[in-house]
Amino acid sequence: MTLLTVEKLCVSIGGASILDQVSFDVAPGEILGLIGESGSGKSVTALSIMGLPPQGAKTKGSIKLAGEDILTARERRLCQLRGQAMGMVFQEPMTALNPLLPIGAQVAETILVHERVSKAEALERASQTLARVGLPPATFPLSRYPHELSGGQRQRVGIAIAIAMRPKLLIADEPTTALDVTTQAQVLDLLKGLVDELQMGMVMITHDLAVISTMAKRLAVMQSGRIVETAATEELLRKRRHPYSEALFAASTHKVELPPPPAAQRTLLEARDVLCAYPLPRQGMLTPRRALRAVDGVTFTLARGERLGLVGESGCGKSTLSRALLGLEPLQSGSIMLNGAPVRPNAADTQWRRTIQAVFQDPYGGFNPRWRVRSLISEPFHLLEEPPSGAAREDAVVDALTAVGLCAADADKYIHEFSGGQRQRIAIARALIIQPELILFDEAVSALDVSVRAQILDLLAELCRKRALSYLFISHDLAVVRSVTDRVMVMQAGKIVEQGATEQVFSAPQHECTRNLLASAPKLQIKNSAFQ
Amino acid sequence: MIRYLLGRLASLIISLIVASLVIFFVIEIIPGDPAAYMLGVGAQPDTLAALRAELGLDVSKPERYLRWVSGMLQGDFGISYTYRSPVSEMILERMWVSLPLALYALILSTLIAFPAGIYAASRRGKTGDFAVMGLSQLGVAIPNFWFAMLLVLAFAINLRLFASGGFPGWDKGFWVGMHALTLPAISLALPQAAILARIMRSALIDMLGEDFVRTARAKGLSRAQALRRHALRNALIPVLTIIGLQFSFLLAGAIVIEKVFYLPGLGRLIFQSISSRDLIVVESTVMLLVFVVIMVNFAVDIAYAAIDPRLRRRR
Amino acid sequence: MKAPTSLIVGGVISGVVLTAAACSLVWTPYDVKLLDVAQKLRPPSLAHWLGVDHFGRDILSMLMLGAQTSIAVALLAVGVGVAAGAPLGLWAAARRGGVADELIMRGNDLVFAFPSLVIAILITAVFGPGAINAIIAIGIFNIPVFARLSRGAALTLWRRDFILAARVAGKSSFRISWEHILPNILNLLIVQGTIQFSLGVLAEAALSYIGLGAQPPTASWGRMLADAQTLVSLAPHVALAPGLTIVLTVLGLNLLGDGLRDLLDPRLKAARG
Repeated sequence: MTLLTVEKLCVSIGGASILDQVSFDVAPGEILGLIGESGSGKSVTALSIMGLPPQGAKTKGSIKLAGEDILTARERRLCQLRGQAMGMVFQEPMTALNPLLPIGAQVAETILVHERVSKAEALERASQTLARVGLPPATFPLSRYPHELSGGQRQRVGIAIAIAMRPKLLIADEPTTALDVTTQAQVLDLLKGLVDELQMGMVMITHDLAVISTMAKRLAVMQSGRIVETAATEELLRKRRHPYSEALFAASTHKVELPPPPAAQRTLLEARDVLCAYPLPRQGMLTPRRALRAVDGVTFTLARGERLGLVGESGCGKSTLSRALLGLEPLQSGSIMLNGAPVRPNAADTQWRRTIQAVFQDPYGGFNPRWRVRSLISEPFHLLEEPPSGAAREDAVVDALTAVGLCAADADKYIHEFSGGQRQRIAIARALIIQPELILFDEAVSALDVSVRAQILDLLAELCRKRALSYLFISHDLAVVRSVTDRVMVMQAGKIVEQGATEQVFSAPQHECTRNLLASAPKLQIKNSAFQ
Repeated sequence: MIRYLLGRLASLIISLIVASLVIFFVIEIIPGDPAAYMLGVGAQPDTLAALRAELGLDVSKPERYLRWVSGMLQGDFGISYTYRSPVSEMILERMWVSLPLALYALILSTLIAFPAGIYAASRRGKTGDFAVMGLSQLGVAIPNFWFAMLLVLAFAINLRLFASGGFPGWDKGFWVGMHALTLPAISLALPQAAILARIMRSALIDMLGEDFVRTARAKGLSRAQALRRHALRNALIPVLTIIGLQFSFLLAGAIVIEKVFYLPGLGRLIFQSISSRDLIVVESTVMLLVFVVIMVNFAVDIAYAAIDPRLRRRR
Repeated sequence: MKAPTSLIVGGVISGVVLTAAACSLVWTPYDVKLLDVAQKLRPPSLAHWLGVDHFGRDILSMLMLGAQTSIAVALLAVGVGVAAGAPLGLWAAARRGGVADELIMRGNDLVFAFPSLVIAILITAVFGPGAINAIIAIGIFNIPVFARLSRGAALTLWRRDFILAARVAGKSSFRISWEHILPNILNLLIVQGTIQFSLGVLAEAALSYIGLGAQPPTASWGRMLADAQTLVSLAPHVALAPGLTIVLTVLGLNLLGDGLRDLLDPRLKAARG
């Protein structure tokens, strides 16, 4: 018996087709993974099942929950079904909870809308539900507010809200994407346990094959509004019928062929006992201000030609360290020497600045929307005493663009004419144009879809083959760091807890933190990647 | 919570000090001697000196500032140059017209704006929304004193439901006073209500797009329930800011409206004092207006803390 | 790209008012210095489209001259607000969290405690009434409006990666504010400028009405309403014409502002494709 049957679901907004003939079903106690890249229509599918399609959307086909059609149900009936028969967990735990209400009231509300029970009873049941999702009332009283909880704890509250009425169907839209790997592992375990215990059917939506392959019994692969392939996870791990699924799997397990590291050379970057601290708000009127040591005594060196990685969870201090290395953050103590010159947060100091450039995370916020690509990528020329002009400048722009796989004509375009992957190429071109000795990649591929990410990493390897590139690659993603670095450092709570040759650290981790990170990271094991 | 309040209180005190300094020095740069002005040409030097001493004009400027401020702290606003009566009494008398008028208008404007804004937001993109937004667009554009003139024309001169001006005083009874303030309050309130309704609507629409409202909908709350229980309280934060700002507009607007309705409020006192160069009255009245505005904004800050748990982190 | 309806309607109304004001510099239907007492308080007719006031002046001519005052005062007040407010806001954002930021923001709060009318009262007490007085009073009040707007918008931009990239390229915060921040907040300033312009028209009318603004013989809409007040039951057109002119002008400017916002909002632009 199936719980949820989606048949030939079509959704269009203003004439543009968002979903095209989407069909799948879910049985009680089963987890179906819905996987695809951004813009493939995963979230619209989820919201349509909840009876909350985007405003102005036209729907066709049918969505049957235990035999009842969601698409034709009246709004009153849908309100009864939502929360009671089906619950939903959202991606962003930071914004999915009402900041003004305590968590107990938010969970109890699910019960109060559907049952005529007293407030006290609803709160009592809310506290049981919260205890079930790992927030026992003894340590997490119902009166806590969302801002007093961490991201993982908030996501647990989100799950408690969704399952408070023990619904038959749970929809989880990227439930762990915003979480760190170790938290992600815990939340995934929780969801799996709840599905078994309550015999719920679950649709889990994600872009991460590794995450879903450990969770779902069956997978449906989505591409631009269509489901291109549905199969049991085991089967799909062995062979893919559709070229898109094959490409997706290939990109997810993509191995970058990095050229061998050059022989040991002189030191390029040297950080010694770097300390960056922020004052915290006072606890009381008279207690002294305490400081958050975001970067707490970090010491490392990077040799010329070396490709160094830095991994750690969010809040470990890696972004603060990266800003300190770029001279954007004052140091409380310690020193950073770049090519023998001290790094200081002083804009006028161009001497050392021209030896380091950076590529940042956000492909959409990374460029001034009002400038042409030519001006965008030649901005670092500001650092040179005698920047090239005229034809020499144009040549440098074209060189940089072709080096990253774009063409000369792109120099005249504005940034909105490019896709996310192309934008990161332009960001790399901007970093390359003054041929700095060191490039800092700060989560440079984290916002990209897997297939685009694979291309950018390949570009990086190609650049390494062509020029003597030294870089520091900062990321929370262990697999990415593993593929593009020779040496790696692991950061936790402002300190570097382990460093060594990448393969060695990943195969024989010494520190507890590294071991935890590695154990939590979901692994994708493709048995046979032959395309049929 | 206490930390937050102490912080706001400190900034309140600093604001008051700076405001009083600004007002004092602006008034002080005025050339001319009030005592000479009062006695007219041909006054005897010794009478002039006596009057200067009586008015406290014979000491240095810093000392006069300190006397003015410490006097105000004790409720003594000095002596009016023209009426020779205590300024505090004059202000208090007028305050009983202006402040009730501003409050009356604030309540009216809120009572109109909240339902209108909520209604428009919940009917977003539909006829009801367009109707409310069109009306509010018009309301924002109408000068309140002209609207007041139209109200007088319609309700006082033609329908004879209200008096066209004047104030009988509160001693004739609360409702008599309120009746006299009704037309002024409506004319003050409507344009402000139009602004507030627009802010309410856009704040609500912003909140309706937030993730937590989607969470609420996924729980099984209807659109109206999600709006009432989740969006509304969050939307109050920007709306409160505007209400605080509006109070100062209403207080200032009351000065204009008093002229239309011949109300014996602070506005008339200020205009009389300006024309008779009675600067001590202008100085103190302006300070009082600024004081009320700053206090209202302080009250808004406290209201924030009551609404938003993120501000009362440490309990 | 389709222009929003409000932009067209607002643009046309604002254009008409602007043209009338410009036209009155060289020509008005009647000379308002000549007082034709025989005609006084005549209702609208073919000869006098909007009627005649209590001195026998043609109301349409008075309104055209009044538009000059309104536009000049409101425009200069917006100019004062932008010229002082935007740099202050940009400076505060560039020094976010620092002493300059704190001082500028506290200063803003302080100015907000003085409603423009109170500023006008203070200035009048010192210098006496006049149009300049109105410009200063409204202008001072506009400064914190633009400072806050610029600071808020600039702060979100300072968090963007392209500003980081510019800093990595060694640019000073002054240069970044000028090259990167200002062009990106210009839209917001233009939209807010139209809104403050309309508020300025309203404020000028109110100040003139209570006698703190433009003084006779300068024509002013608020002044006309003050004169009309006692005559409202006798000759309603004397009060209706200036009032409706103000409403229409402010409405037009607000619609123009709304339309500009829709047109310039990048989010809406993306949705329109």
